[in-house]
Amino acid sequence: MPKVVISSGSACQRLTGGQTEFEVEATTFRRLVLELEQKFPGLGKQVEEGMAVAIDGEIFQDSYAVQLQPDSEIVLIPKIGGG
Amino acid sequence: MTREEVFRGSGPTSGATVEVKLGAKKDGTIVSAKQVLKFQAGAFAGSPIGPGCMCGFALYDIPNVDVVGYDVVSNRPKVAAYRAPGAPITSFGVESALDDLAQKLGMDPLTLREKNAARNGTKTHYGPVHQNIGFTAVLDAAKSHPHWKSPLKPGQGRGIACGFWFNIGGESTATVHVNEDGSITAATGSPDIGGSRASLGMMVAEVLGVPAERVRTVVADTASIGFTFLTGGSRVTFATGMAATQAAEKVVDDLKRRVAMTWDIPVDAVEWKDGMAIPAGSNAGAFEPLDIAALALKAGRTGGPINAEVSVNAQGAGAGFGAHICDVSVDKETGHVTIERYTAIQDVGKAIHPSYVEGQIQGGAAQGIGWALNEEYIYNDKGQMENAGFLDYRIPVASDVPMIEAVLVEVPNPRHPFGVRGVGEVPIVPPMAAISNAIKGATGLRMPDLPMSPPKVRAAFDAAGK
Repeated sequence: MPKVVISSGSACQRLTGGQTEFEVEATTFRRLVLELEQKFPGLGKQVEEGMAVAIDGEIFQDSYAVQLQPDSEIVLIPKIGGG
Repeated sequence: MTREEVFRGSGPTSGATVEVKLGAKKDGTIVSAKQVLKFQAGAFAGSPIGPGCMCGFALYDIPNVDVVGYDVVSNRPKVAAYRAPGAPITSFGVESALDDLAQKLGMDPLTLREKNAARNGTKTHYGPVHQNIGFTAVLDAAKSHPHWKSPLKPGQGRGIACGFWFNIGGESTATVHVNEDGSITAATGSPDIGGSRASLGMMVAEVLGVPAERVRTVVADTASIGFTFLTGGSRVTFATGMAATQAAEKVVDDLKRRVAMTWDIPVDAVEWKDGMAIPAGSNAGAFEPLDIAALALKAGRTGGPINAEVSVNAQGAGAGFGAHICDVSVDKETGHVTIERYTAIQDVGKAIHPSYVEGQIQGGAAQGIGWALNEEYIYNDKGQMENAGFLDYRIPVASDVPMIEAVLVEVPNPRHPFGVRGVGEVPIVPPMAAISNAIKGATGLRMPDLPMSPPKVRAAFDAAGK
């Protein structure tokens, strides 16, 4: 199953009860968000609205259809904008 | 809004404090790094502390990194996004500390950066793994540049500093029309703030195989084009360029279909080359080439107007890296810092319109020079701004900066059809540390506070008993 990684000390960690790594059954970014919300209420919403994900090293933003592989590593990071 | 209202109401970037601690072996290998960032958010939470935490050490391969960021609410106007939000602040601290580390180790500061530079496959401290980056190519270009090798004049100092920005993609729409006379109109929803209109037109021309001057590129208003996210994040030439390229490719497909209908042959027997349709091979038949103008004249007969619209949510923006070299002289009597020479080197992916790319880099560097030496919001004890106008808020003018030489390093981004990566934000990241490092070289004084304005430099001389 894809592995989700969050930074130690981040706001997300408060929603995961302190966990910084866990596995999620998902094959797309959209399913990932739904699973995160179910597993840790509030986290899916936070990821969808305010975060980007690095999937196997590449950053994706706002894209439901992005595919996940069974061995994917998904790092949750702050959403990136610009000026 | 009036100029004063813009100053008071539209938001500066964050004031901040940055603490950096580096641990290194005697050979210059950095083994640990720690950073504490406190970014002022103003009256509402929302400073760019996230990118601040991510950018400072993103340039280096350091096995142990600890970064803590605070979003500090205060009785001041809210901050707003400002060119590479958060990155210049964090890099001012990191790149200044690297310079001090190099000095302590007796190493050349560029060599120290080379030794620890992030490469393809380097896992950043915030998670993602760098892919297709050009940081080492940038450092190579800096090392071989005549500026880095040239001797300094007496009293001058030289500084180098580097910068990183993620760059983004996002939602963009472009349409490409073939007009009745065979000229082309490309319309996008991205306001042009740095030459993107010309770059987008050139990409469309390249796909169609026509001269760039045959393409008129317009910025369409909200009612005239599909949604397009803002011009920012160094995204337009990348993301809107992707939409424009794909729209042009759809037009080529349509043109080939029309040619196949005209010649009464299969569409895969038609090739598009140099702005014309030709038979794909001798088996396709013998036909005179058809150019866009000829096809435009008969558009009605082959299916009606020729145009295509493409909307994308572009992913795969390639990260950008830059290195700036700066020579300064410092007037000991007044504390005034003069920028004697400035070279900005950057991996730009593929420069579609090189002189506009140079302009982006020069603009970013000049903005950073202003941040380094003069620009600041001055507040009274009630949190009200006291210098809301350009008489008292001093930006650099032409006489304050020398010609900024921009060096374009091209490491293509494979996620864009032409190799584009964002350019506009990286160049504001290194200047503050590059200038601070140069001042230290000239005077021996480490200036830890921005701006390094004459009163502060003079005060530093006084404090050092110089």
